[in-house]
Amino acid sequence: MSTAFAVQASEPDNYYGYRRFKKGAFEFHRDEYFVHIRWPKGTHTMAADIFLRALQRDIAWNFFYGTVNFDGVFGTLNHYGTVDMFAGRFNDAYRKAGRDYNETYKSEDLMATFKAILEDWTNRGYDPFAAPEETKQPYGRKDGDNKRAIERQRVTAKRMVGLPGDTPQRSDAGGYPVNRHFADVPQDQPEVYPEPGFEGEVSAFNLFAYLSRSDVTWNPSVCSVVKDSLYCPTSEEFILPVEHGNDRVEWFMQLSDEIIWEIKRKETGAPRARVVCRAGDICAMPADIRHQGFSPKRSMLLVWENNSNAIPALIESGKAPVVPVVF
Amino acid sequence: MTDVKTVFGSLRNYQKGGVEVIDDDPRNYVFSNVFEVAEKSQPYERVAVGKNFDYVIEALRAEGTSPWYACAHDEFALVMDGRVEVRLMKPETPLVPSDKSGALRLTAAPSGRKMGRVVAGRGHMTLLPKGSAYQFHADQPSVVTIQTIQGDVTVERWADICQTK
Ligand SMILES: [Fe+2]
Repeated sequence: MSTAFAVQASEPDNYYGYRRFKKGAFEFHRDEYFVHIRWPKGTHTMAADIFLRALQRDIAWNFFYGTVNFDGVFGTLNHYGTVDMFAGRFNDAYRKAGRDYNETYKSEDLMATFKAILEDWTNRGYDPFAAPEETKQPYGRKDGDNKRAIERQRVTAKRMVGLPGDTPQRSDAGGYPVNRHFADVPQDQPEVYPEPGFEGEVSAFNLFAYLSRSDVTWNPSVCSVVKDSLYCPTSEEFILPVEHGNDRVEWFMQLSDEIIWEIKRKETGAPRARVVCRAGDICAMPADIRHQGFSPKRSMLLVWENNSNAIPALIESGKAPVVPVVF
Repeated sequence: MTDVKTVFGSLRNYQKGGVEVIDDDPRNYVFSNVFEVAEKSQPYERVAVGKNFDYVIEALRAEGTSPWYACAHDEFALVMDGRVEVRLMKPETPLVPSDKSGALRLTAAPSGRKMGRVVAGRGHMTLLPKGSAYQFHADQPSVVTIQTIQGDVTVERWADICQTK
């Protein structure tokens, strides 16, 4: 299979074994511990695991909604068809000093480079989707690859998990064992009694059991759909690998355990609040913030998104408020 | 055996978190807890705990037998605590105009065909299929959240349920 978009990659480095990559005026290289990024107005250094975990999410989510900050400096901004790659764009000091830098690409174009970087820089045994306790260290010189892990498809149900022809439930036989942190989660199934002719419509499944068998962290997957209303539950452990600056309001309903959210201003990165969510708590993330979650134990989180493509323009133009409810 | 402990909430036992402000207004986060809302609601009041333009998440206390509802689009009921039976009917003629959003409360059981029923426990999600009518029943107080669109039955009382300071 050939890609329509060229990837600019060097030969493997003689010592570290990793390739260098160029995209526009951005340059990327890695060594045993770090990823180094260079652009016309500056340079930046990130720990390899932080970079790879963020890169993995940005790829799996197809640049997601709005801004995906890998950290306080580097990230992407989705325009749904095109995408910005930036340095310092959402950092107050870089902006004020005129040090921020931005390039725009067709989404598939940047995606081709991102996938090539992730594939080359992910070593054997390291799974960027896994919690740190579940996987090997990503450090050291180039050592094999882990294509199976990084090419997982994001789950998107069309109506509801478990319906005929829709995303299947998870099971041991399907390769989804119960996660060690969810060993006590009941695996019972609802009692479903359809009358003849209604087997495909009278349907239910155990969502908590489904989430207990997730093999990834911080990877919202669509499980039920009411028009543009998407329930995207996910299992979370350790730190959300990105600071997400959504271009619309999203909601969190904590289904189990606890997540602590750090909230900063979307534009500048200045801290605004900390939000502690425990089982049954539900809260909105306004459209003018960025958020990063900390989950001490693997937990179940329902991320609720409104997929309408009209919303980003409504919010940017001020026609819709940045909060979902005024009271 | 394992000593791992996954914490779910219930009507009897939930521990609410909250917003710790640094430079902000807690109202911006519309923060509530579905068990607390259900605890303070009448049975089968469908209280909005999440809203995103037209779409809502309703929290309700299931206790005894509910009225019958009908809806022109899919809805999804997630049991957060307890055990709830969902009874489904296919009305003889559509009870809700196809462009009407949200659930309608019916004054009586609809005439039509039985579609079947589901008995759902904690964590179980049930499809409330478009064009059907449905009724809930719970022997013990239970908590359900519904993914739907704001409609006539949706109750909004944000200032009562949300953290304001
Ligand atoms: Fe987010």
